[in-house]
Amino acid sequence: MSDVLSIVLKRLGLGVITLFVISVLIFGAVEMLPGDIAEAVLGMGATEENVAAMREQLGLNQPAPVRYFDWLSGAVVGDFGVSLVTQTPVGEVIGPRFANTLFLATYAAAIAVPVAIFLGVVVALLRNTLFDRVANVLALTSISSPEFFLGYILILYLSVKTGMFPAIAKISGDMTFLELLQRTFLPALTMVLVVVAHMMRMTRAAIINLLSSPYIEMARLKGMPAWRVIIKHALPNAWAPIINVVALNLAYLITGVVLVEVVFVYPGIGQLLVDSVTKRDFTVVQACCLIFAATFILLNLAADVLAILTNPRLRYKK
Amino acid sequence: MPQKSDPELLVKMAEEARKGRLSRRDFMNFALAAGIGTSMASGFWTTKVAMAAPKKGGTFRWGIHDGNTSDTHDPGTYVTRQMIFLAHQYRSYLTMINPDNSLGPDLATSWEATPDAKQWTFKLHKDAVFHSGKKVTAKDVVASMNHHRGEKSTSAAKSLLTSVTDIIADDDHTVTFKLNGGNADLPWLMTDYHLAVCPADGDGIDWKSGDGCGPYKIDSGEFGVSWSLSRHDGWHGEGAYFDKVEMTILNDPNARQTALVTGDVDCVSLVDLKTLALLKRNPNIAVDNVPSGAAITMPMFCDTAPFDDVNVRQALKLSIDRQEIIDKIAFGAATMGNDFHLAPVQPYFPEEIPQREYDPDKAKSLLKKAGAEGLSVSLSTADSVFSGAVDMCVLYAEQAKKAGIKINVVREPSDGYYSDVWLKKPFTAVSWGARPTPDVMFSLAYKDDAAWNESHWQNAEFNKLLLQAKAELDQKKRAEMYHDMCMLMRDDGGTIIPFFNNFVYARRKNVMHGENLAASWSCDGARAPSRWWFA
Repeated sequence: MSDVLSIVLKRLGLGVITLFVISVLIFGAVEMLPGDIAEAVLGMGATEENVAAMREQLGLNQPAPVRYFDWLSGAVVGDFGVSLVTQTPVGEVIGPRFANTLFLATYAAAIAVPVAIFLGVVVALLRNTLFDRVANVLALTSISSPEFFLGYILILYLSVKTGMFPAIAKISGDMTFLELLQRTFLPALTMVLVVVAHMMRMTRAAIINLLSSPYIEMARLKGMPAWRVIIKHALPNAWAPIINVVALNLAYLITGVVLVEVVFVYPGIGQLLVDSVTKRDFTVVQACCLIFAATFILLNLAADVLAILTNPRLRYKK
Repeated sequence: MPQKSDPELLVKMAEEARKGRLSRRDFMNFALAAGIGTSMASGFWTTKVAMAAPKKGGTFRWGIHDGNTSDTHDPGTYVTRQMIFLAHQYRSYLTMINPDNSLGPDLATSWEATPDAKQWTFKLHKDAVFHSGKKVTAKDVVASMNHHRGEKSTSAAKSLLTSVTDIIADDDHTVTFKLNGGNADLPWLMTDYHLAVCPADGDGIDWKSGDGCGPYKIDSGEFGVSWSLSRHDGWHGEGAYFDKVEMTILNDPNARQTALVTGDVDCVSLVDLKTLALLKRNPNIAVDNVPSGAAITMPMFCDTAPFDDVNVRQALKLSIDRQEIIDKIAFGAATMGNDFHLAPVQPYFPEEIPQREYDPDKAKSLLKKAGAEGLSVSLSTADSVFSGAVDMCVLYAEQAKKAGIKINVVREPSDGYYSDVWLKKPFTAVSWGARPTPDVMFSLAYKDDAAWNESHWQNAEFNKLLLQAKAELDQKKRAEMYHDMCMLMRDDGGTIIPFFNNFVYARRKNVMHGENLAASWSCDGARAPSRWWFA
């Protein structure tokens, strides 16, 4: 197990370096955007004088590297500063929004991952039948359509025409868990449709790949039913690629939801990031992007560790 | 229609109309068909339908556009519609624009000026209280106004109050503004959405708590997401018929429309014009299409060739087919512009100035006179200016071809358009919000030394008239001056004004409003919650 531990530590170390590089890139990108926070906040009504007054208040008249290191020296000890626009701590701004995003991602993942793996196994079992073709065509159609389009289609059929689910995922603190699930069903379903295809097809490919191996043939020859061959013999060896794809899609559920949030008016972190970019609110943009980057790093790390744990050949020292 | 005796039918129809099932036009048509005279039907409409007493109660759910997570309660930095709409609920102003676009009282019950208009005195409502229970006094008003003044102020309304030299609380309910020059429009300026009255706190004001003296108080809310408000029982004004108001920020046009159609909200503040015709077919929804003073302008730098020749400017003004642009770009929801920055819904609008028509032949002859045949110019625009801005410029370029003018439409990045393109490039497309009076608008963008003189226009006569009119308290003389200024802008100025866009918003049919709708902002001057009611 010490191998796994050393991999985890090494990867975490690399992850921290990655985060640092990303923070430099984000800062540079925000700096390169035309206009600054004072102009963005005051809008068209800005005059030279009050733009200057606001810049001074926010410390924007200092050179860029000084501002970056000011921020960095706080960030390394866990203080991500205050939102430049509203002057509230970044944690307070992002916290509830990130919780909402996590909730939606968990909701979507709880549906998408079992469905995708189950369908993947079934279509591998029934490969080249009509069911396989139909499932593939449907999955590829949904992954090829932009999220907002899928969202609108769902709104049209499940909300406007039938009234089964609300079109606006407006949530408030006093809702029961069931109400919450009903309110957010359409955005969750949209995201399920977007991510299922990738995971399902990877499951199918990984299993079919193994089906020509001699040990599978052996299992078949000894008279095992097809579904048991797949579950007992093929699947355990197919976990590694499947887990990797699942991790990628889970990360996407957290970082790629801006459009879904806009269409369903869901108060998640994506909308917050867009708002902050338009206002050039550097501290919030930076924190959001670091959260996204950390999500990718951690989920990929988790995927690698799980892949090792599911593979006895990697688990034990030779 | 079954023939019933007239009075009975009329009463039934009035009942239907009151419930919002019958529009005024349908009402008149049916009434005429039933053999009721025009004057009687019309009179009946005003007394029985339009004047129907508003009912109290209900929760008004309002879907609004343009909200940002990073907005704040600081009135000096209000910029999004979210804050403008919210401000008119939880805060009050000294004066307000009435539904018929006249000026009316809000916190101030009356106001008067010295004959030179250099000093204005406002009397405050004696019963006005903040949501916290504290009385609204002259001290709060002075502190609220000073928030936008002084060197340290970051307020966007600072430029509005530069002529104010001092603000004094004469007693608890009297405030005097002293100006360095006469300004007959000061009471109109007090309707500006930044100039909300907040409770005084030490040297400044307490804007952070969100306390105010408006018709509704904030129960809970989150910037860029939603707001819950309930009626402020101590409100000094009339109206506020709803018990509660729920504002939801719906930035996506499709989400707004869906929310209205499915009944998740009772009213939306902006309707996508492209799908307006479809929305109108829905029997549960009523669309309000209200002309406004918000202009689309295309300024040309009058000191830069080729625009430094008035003939060229006039030729460009004659080469635009405004009707086609209104039909195709604004989907009919606009008032035609006439190259002066004053709309028919605004005070002092000069009715008698003839409309400039599309006349490519005349444009050609003017170009010949200027020796600028085969003129080629670049017009900068961006998608963010308004929905259809790029299309409008391309259409204009096509129309101008007939006059032998080549217009290259340059599509600039939306981000930073107003800091990097506007006032920097010689020929641009711009979208302006409505200003309450011609003086404000002209001083802001047409005066010789204005920072935003977007056309670099220098006209001595215009600038002289502008200063005279500013301090003129005689309404008739003043109207004449504005007429003359508009003529100068139209014929000599450097700004093409294709149209003034309408406010187009929609509500469920059970939401009722009075006969007039204010043109200052969408949704009855942003005051729908305090003026409208449920049938």
